[in-house]
Amino acid sequence: MTLSTIATLGAALSLLIGSGFVLVGVVGLLKFDDPMTRLHAPTKVGTMGIGMLLLASLLASLAKGEPSIHELLIMAFLFVTAPVSANFIAKVTIHRRTCETPPAPQKDSTWSTLDTPDT
Amino acid sequence: MTSADGLFEIALIIALIALAAGQILSMARLVIGPTVADRILALDTMVINALGLIVVLGIYQGVKVYFEVALLVAMLGFVSTVALARFILRGDIIE
Repeated sequence: MTLSTIATLGAALSLLIGSGFVLVGVVGLLKFDDPMTRLHAPTKVGTMGIGMLLLASLLASLAKGEPSIHELLIMAFLFVTAPVSANFIAKVTIHRRTCETPPAPQKDSTWSTLDTPDT
Repeated sequence: MTSADGLFEIALIIALIALAAGQILSMARLVIGPTVADRILALDTMVINALGLIVVLGIYQGVKVYFEVALLVAMLGFVSTVALARFILRGDIIE
């Protein structure tokens, strides 16, 4: 067992785990029956699925003998931006009232995204 | 050595098939999705799946330039998701 063989096996394992997470997330996106519930599944595609695929790419470049760390950049960017876009989509769901309206906040009269004086 | 390489090739094919199936399933959600948020979410998932396809294709062909492409696609996907959500929330993108 050389280092290259171990890295190749690790890359293959990461690819399988990543594709499993992608499939689970997308099936969840298709099968759940509530907009807020549907929001839950595809975030796994963004973090675990793509994270594992990028880890596989890292290990494959290590196995070829020319290590690169570009993938960490994409991983960090995705880990930072995935919660932000998920939060925006949740705000769209509350704003369009396509989910159960959450209980009123304690200090203000209503949620800021529902506070539309013009309409 | 050869068995590890063979396993890696099979895992690459499986990952490509899984990502393509994910692309098709999220496109189904994009078509049937009853609310606007579902459509935005399906588009976001499709961008992330395309990112995964680019990464796996980069491993498959051993070309380094795919990682710059993946980074660009990640940035464009995030900005377009936020712009779509912002348009629904405020009726405008840049106020």
